[in-house]
Amino acid sequence: MNASEIIRWLSPELILLITGFVVLGADLVMRRRDEGRTAAVIALIGLVLALIMALLLAMNNPATIVASTFAVDPYSSFFKVLAIIAVSLVVLSSMDFMKGKSRYLGEYYALLVFVTLAVSIAVSATNLLLVYLGIEFLSITSYILTGFLRNDRRSEEAAIKYFLYGASAGAVMLYGISLVYGATGSTDLVAVGELMKAATGPEHLLGVAAIVLLLGGFGFKASLVPFHQWAPDTYDGAPTPVTAFLATASKAAGFAVAGRVFITAFPQFTPDWMAILGSLAILTMTVGNLTALKQHSVKRMLAYSSIAQAGYIVLGLAAYNPTGGTFTGLNGMLIYLFAYLFTNIGAFFVVLAVERYAGSSEFSTFKGLGKRAPGLALLMTVFMLSLAGIPPTGGFLGKFYVFAAVVEKHFLVLAAIAAVNAIVAAFYYMNVIRLMFFQDSEDETPLQVSSGLNLSLVVSAVMVLAIGILAQPFIAWAVESVQMVNTRGF
Amino acid sequence: MDFLRNSVLTLIVFLPLVGSVIVMLMPKEDTKRIKQFSIVWSFLPLALSTWLAIDYWIRFLAHGSGGMAYDVNLSWISALGVNYHIGADGLSIPLIFLTALLSFLGVYYSTRVIRKRVKEFFVLFLFLATGMFGVFVALDLILFYVFWEIGLVPMYFLIGIWGQAKDRPQYAAMKFFLYTLAGSVFMLLAIIGVYLSTGTFDIIKAAQIGVWTDWPLAASLSFWAFLIAFAIKVPSFPFHTWLPDAHTAAPTAGSVILAGVLLKLGAYGILRILLPLFPQSFAQYGWIVALLGVIGIVYGAFVSLAQTDLKRLIAYSSVSHMGYVMLGIGATAVALNMKGQEGMLKNATMAFDGAGLQMFMHGIITGALFFLVGVIYERAHTRELAKFGGLSTMVPVFYGTMMFAGFASLGLPGLSGFWAEFFVFRGAFGIVPVLATIGVIGIVITAAYILYRIIQSVFLGEYVAKKWDHWTTVYGKHADGPTDMETFEKVTLWPLVALMILLGIFPSLILNFFNQTAVDILSRLF
Repeated sequence: MNASEIIRWLSPELILLITGFVVLGADLVMRRRDEGRTAAVIALIGLVLALIMALLLAMNNPATIVASTFAVDPYSSFFKVLAIIAVSLVVLSSMDFMKGKSRYLGEYYALLVFVTLAVSIAVSATNLLLVYLGIEFLSITSYILTGFLRNDRRSEEAAIKYFLYGASAGAVMLYGISLVYGATGSTDLVAVGELMKAATGPEHLLGVAAIVLLLGGFGFKASLVPFHQWAPDTYDGAPTPVTAFLATASKAAGFAVAGRVFITAFPQFTPDWMAILGSLAILTMTVGNLTALKQHSVKRMLAYSSIAQAGYIVLGLAAYNPTGGTFTGLNGMLIYLFAYLFTNIGAFFVVLAVERYAGSSEFSTFKGLGKRAPGLALLMTVFMLSLAGIPPTGGFLGKFYVFAAVVEKHFLVLAAIAAVNAIVAAFYYMNVIRLMFFQDSEDETPLQVSSGLNLSLVVSAVMVLAIGILAQPFIAWAVESVQMVNTRGF
Repeated sequence: MDFLRNSVLTLIVFLPLVGSVIVMLMPKEDTKRIKQFSIVWSFLPLALSTWLAIDYWIRFLAHGSGGMAYDVNLSWISALGVNYHIGADGLSIPLIFLTALLSFLGVYYSTRVIRKRVKEFFVLFLFLATGMFGVFVALDLILFYVFWEIGLVPMYFLIGIWGQAKDRPQYAAMKFFLYTLAGSVFMLLAIIGVYLSTGTFDIIKAAQIGVWTDWPLAASLSFWAFLIAFAIKVPSFPFHTWLPDAHTAAPTAGSVILAGVLLKLGAYGILRILLPLFPQSFAQYGWIVALLGVIGIVYGAFVSLAQTDLKRLIAYSSVSHMGYVMLGIGATAVALNMKGQEGMLKNATMAFDGAGLQMFMHGIITGALFFLVGVIYERAHTRELAKFGGLSTMVPVFYGTMMFAGFASLGLPGLSGFWAEFFVFRGAFGIVPVLATIGVIGIVITAAYILYRIIQSVFLGEYVAKKWDHWTTVYGKHADGPTDMETFEKVTLWPLVALMILLGIFPSLILNFFNQTAVDILSRLF
């Protein structure tokens, strides 16, 4: 493998890295004269370039291992595309939202680019150490972004909470890695998978312990119950664009890494981790939904809802079935995550638009939105229906795929619990629609939405509907992306 | 002509959606144009479905065939084998016509009485039609599910926004949505089960292959998941509690569509999907369906009798009348268990016919009744039976129209309702005689609540002016007493009355559709 090939394989990461520094440099030149506009535009250009390269790699790349720790395969390309799209939308929506909220907007956009790089590294890692480094890189950049509103105490609190939980989760995960290393003498996922094949008795127990500990780290990122305690306050306190990132791309990274590590390094333990993840799925759905029912602010409700959604997403792994034909579980997880990305980003952006105007996202601020901002309310309706899994939205397709995987494995109780949860969840999603359209507000001034935010909202809504209606290409892509992980193990 | 035959169903389904988008793009202040456009546009599906019925009659029924026609089968999601497969036969064509008719009349009536948020109303009302038509033509389970769910959303809005505040419309809308969703989520799991068992989502193909023939437990579970979803929609006792709330709270045209069409979706689903896909399970549990039907008939009738609110009374009468449909369907299924006995196919066909007829007739009759409630409510702003009395001399036209609808509802021979009940009981007596006998009680009580509660307490006796003094005209102007039906109300109601009389005298106009298709479906199962 020569240098030019390596550069080609790593092009998305290299572009992101360079973009990050250029953004910082540009900010130095502009000296905050334009409130971060230049920085945002450069970041967007870099992200789009990286997106193009990642899409090119996704379209025609065999699995390639760079330096034995870093896989460039369809699976990682899928998540890179997902993360880059998410961050691009976040940047678009931040251009207006962050104006005047911070003096360090150049750094803000640079960090957003770096956080994308962190996701790229984490989802490509085929070595436990690089997995750890990737996730820590992602965490540390996220902490700073969460606490970026230094004058807002809730933002500070959110960052500290996130940091404390994250540090512990990281330590737990590292302990799991050390157990694996102790048992096998390797941190390479494929090698671990080979060496753990014959594990029985105490060795088997060690493997299960390692899985549980590793899950501490992945579950923290994916906000699975019981590793979710940080999520509500952090989602609530963080700047809303950052929340949108945390609830989508960052979460997807957790799932991506969990899928790759468990499937590649612990193939012999599949029944074990499936059982663990199945129980966590039940807990996560139920706790997330029941708590979401009791919220009084849309942003907080969405925070709990995104915990509950993580429960549905993990169903894909809990019903993993590499020989399953149509429904391998893993492909369902990818479809779900892709649809969920646009749905949740869109939902948080509507919150952002309301918040920008009303100062909070209490339920009362959503009253009468159907009159004050019909377009915005209509988009929110699409996002809520997608979260509730009503066809023909992308959310329906995702739910359909993970439910199908669960039914195919004959986990009928799990399927029934998931179904009941979907009904409970529909209540609070429909409730938002009720507030917007059935209730009147005293304040009837129309709501203005900035053009950047408008663009990202419309893109999200169009994608949500496109995934549900023109489902074929998205399904084909997801199926292709997981094929290699299923058959070759990386 | 071939082009029209290939595209007629697609046009019927998606024209309302196109209309809905067009209305959405019109300026909301221009209510007059929105209303005119909606009337014209909603007439298109009615014209197309009338042509559809005539064409089907000439080409199929006249030759003694009731098979599937107007098929379109295009690949939609090839990774899953989901197809845009639509078609229509004698079971669906009358219901498509019913939907088109009630939607058109609903739009027309609403243009005269809807005053707030006009644009949104017609956007949603047209959108709703797409969901309903879609269910009646879908031959792919996923497509069916998509249309099934799509219809929920606009109805949720119609109830929630245009409901009367005192009827708790927001509560009713949410209840309606969650009840239906609760059923359909489990139906989705069953649909997945059908796919895993047969490898297809196609209803016709899956029926040929046979669903879960190797695993009876899975067959039972799937059957029940479907059945409960459909029973909630019908609604069959004990899943009926959303109905009185939703029907009472909805605006007049919304109630008409709810009672006239949405309830039929459930019964249609049972006949279209459950009967061919799960014949064994259905034969085994058919008696439960019949039993629930009979409970619904009797219980619904008694509860209607006890109502003090006119609209709620009619809402509960729907529970009772849909019970006949369930009895007919249940009896058909039970007959599958008695294949050997002589004349059983004939009994089953009659019960099937009765169920189909009752769906259609109930749509027309209850549609008319809900319009009639709208007529009086727009003037009196109350629906309390106790506030009325002796209106017959004040509003003779209204009285006469109500008489027709009421008598049709209680099954007076010569009007359309009679034939539906006749066929249900004629079929059911040969199959489930005990249940059918109990069901007959319902007819008596129906007569009681129609005659005693509606006709007598609203129209007969002496008119006492001070009993209720908040009368207005239908346009909201003050009036000293009840005023009779305006032209637009006559235009809305008299076509329905004409149909009641016409089908009372020539029931075969509709019966032929159901009967030929019943023979077609049942001959494959017997």
